[in-house]
Amino acid sequence: MIAAPSSDPLQLTRDGQLRNFISIEGLPRSVLEQILDNAASFVDVGDRAIKKVPLLRGKTVVNLFFEASTRTRTTFELAAKRLSADVLNIDIARSATSKGESLMDMLRNLEAMASDMFVVRHADSGAAHYIARHATPDVAIINAGDGRHEHPTQAMLDMYTIRHYKGRFAGLKVAIIGDILHSRVARSQIHALNILGAEEVRLIGPKTLLPADIDSLGVRVFTDLEQGLQDVDVVIALRLQKERMDSALLPSETEFFHLYGLTEERLRHAHPDAIVMHPGPINRGVEIASEVADGERSVILHQVTFGIAVRMAVMSMCMSGRETEQPGGRADHGGSHATPR
Amino acid sequence: MQPRADLLIRKARVIDPATGRDEVADLLIESGRLTRMGASLDAPGAELFDAEGLWLLPGLVDSCVRLPEPGNHRRGSLHTETRAAASGGITHLCAAPDTDPVIDSAAVVRLIRDRAMRAGFARVLPIAALTQGLEGSQLAEMATLKDVGCIAVSNAGHRVQDALVLKRSLEYAATFDLPVIFRPQDAALSAGGCVHEGPVAARLGLPGIPAVAETVDLARALLLVEATGVRAHFHQISCAASVALLRHARAQGLPVTADVSIHHLLLDESAIEGFNSFCHISPPLRSRADRDALIQGVIDGTLDAISSQHTPLGSSAKLAPFPSTRPGISGLDTLLSLTLELVQRDQLPLRRAIDALTAAPARCLGLNAGRLEDGRLASLCVVDPAASRLPGEDWLSAGRNSPWLDTELPGVVRLTVCEGKVTWLSD
Repeated sequence: MIAAPSSDPLQLTRDGQLRNFISIEGLPRSVLEQILDNAASFVDVGDRAIKKVPLLRGKTVVNLFFEASTRTRTTFELAAKRLSADVLNIDIARSATSKGESLMDMLRNLEAMASDMFVVRHADSGAAHYIARHATPDVAIINAGDGRHEHPTQAMLDMYTIRHYKGRFAGLKVAIIGDILHSRVARSQIHALNILGAEEVRLIGPKTLLPADIDSLGVRVFTDLEQGLQDVDVVIALRLQKERMDSALLPSETEFFHLYGLTEERLRHAHPDAIVMHPGPINRGVEIASEVADGERSVILHQVTFGIAVRMAVMSMCMSGRETEQPGGRADHGGSHATPR
Repeated sequence: MQPRADLLIRKARVIDPATGRDEVADLLIESGRLTRMGASLDAPGAELFDAEGLWLLPGLVDSCVRLPEPGNHRRGSLHTETRAAASGGITHLCAAPDTDPVIDSAAVVRLIRDRAMRAGFARVLPIAALTQGLEGSQLAEMATLKDVGCIAVSNAGHRVQDALVLKRSLEYAATFDLPVIFRPQDAALSAGGCVHEGPVAARLGLPGIPAVAETVDLARALLLVEATGVRAHFHQISCAASVALLRHARAQGLPVTADVSIHHLLLDESAIEGFNSFCHISPPLRSRADRDALIQGVIDGTLDAISSQHTPLGSSAKLAPFPSTRPGISGLDTLLSLTLELVQRDQLPLRRAIDALTAAPARCLGLNAGRLEDGRLASLCVVDPAASRLPGEDWLSAGRNSPWLDTELPGVVRLTVCEGKVTWLSD
């Protein structure tokens, strides 16, 4: 009954500028392209002697990580610092704030410290939505991964990588392999690829790792790796968590590698110019063979470099989107939800 | 409950599905008892209630309610919740046993009965635990619990894992002709899930509960009902496949009945878009096709009753990211209005809708309620079907966890009489 909003008031200002970055879903193609274009201008900053631009000078960015992550947090920190922001890192054991009230209390406290931006990672799907809806409108929220829902900055750096190597999205066939069920990265990638106009998005994995009704997202589903890889231009292998063996989703890493592991031999089914990507960290010999991870088609390390530029782009866009916002012109905050009074 | 002065309700459209009556009539209550019904009654000295243009229905019987007492004072009291019920035309509440402590002793039953009596807004009918502490290992003292007024036995949301214990508890309940109430949901298949396993869950990355979690457990229960001959009632049916299983069981002559929550008739999985935790409910809101099948099930009587599935929660229960919020909707305030909404949308015939709120749940659980009967203590409500309201403006339940607070809904209850006593009166 309650339809998803067509223009996303949680993420966009009335004139269509980014104000929060919660999910790829709901964003127009123009905004995604703007992120990629802006990121391109930031890539060079890392090569300068003084690796800083003053776009976020005087702003305070809080990295709010309810779930452990070294890599993502580090790249966000680096991105914020290159934009000249002050950065505060807060790592919270999930147990301490698993109750809603204390999460709210904590947000209020951080807001009281005049923070300008929260970069949020949380184990619950929808956590970034929740925080964006309940935090003061003065704070920009950037989703650094919520449960199995989305990881939009990761997807955008993947899009940047694809555009960098392929120059376009039209006509591209992209295969995503492995644990789709638990992957927030895959969901964001699917939305981004479809919005940016890729020809075909394929998901490849055993049925235990494919969510029910995932084809409703506009993807082709394959359970056979070689069929799924046929003629694809981009291959994305996802990390397989060891816990999946314990919950009866897979029999063993060995059998998974045997069926879905990315090897040179299997890559021959893909397009000769296909690139290989992985959001990291890699499990060598589980989802990807070392020869492929380190091979000439692999662009995995470039992804990390681009990640900083993409995060700089997203952070600076959210901040400038807010600063140009008309006072009182902010779109309705929470959509149509009932709220307790 | 003390009977009050005589009351003459004039010119109401009396809809009583139990007798098939649907006519404009006057109705006289003397010393709390319904004594006369007919055209142009005269009763000198009686208080008059002009019900022209209004509907008079039997008091609503809500077959599936979770009350906060004993145990959860932060989520309201028997006083707050029964008052909310009265404001919604409800006179009889079947209260689930998963309170704290559990309804598995005569003392707890007496406590509930006494507090409900003191509040005086509605008749609370306790459902006893099927097993002690709902732990699924030892039988509850069902005969004793029946003697002190429990209307049925149930293990509520605590599935009895051990099939032997379940079979024996059904046999024991059958000994006393106590209906057994099931809330079918397989524990392993629903573990960790919070929404229907379908396209919305896939997109939002929320852990799913497949429909088969319900049907696996329902099928097991139906086979054991067949084996033991116990009377069984199923709470909170949520999917098309369950309706099909129940339809088949009834065609086989099994003594089974069922109810569905009004929310599952009006909402589907799309209601959780944007992580709307006010629509986080267990069992989860399922697909559009499931919802259509549930409505069809109500129309053809496979699903006998419509319940509020009332679950009042404290104000912090929904203040968290979706998977960490507590499931449940506070439903007493809106049961009648939402059912009328369904009627207004032409999705459910009026008479069947009223039956599903009154006579049908009473029939399912063998209650002497849900009908207008001469000579008995009167339980009824008078509703203005043409008026509408924003439920959030006059909400009475202590739990404000409802997706309907700001939705304009039809039907305003003007008068509720429970066992001869006026429990709600509004202009």
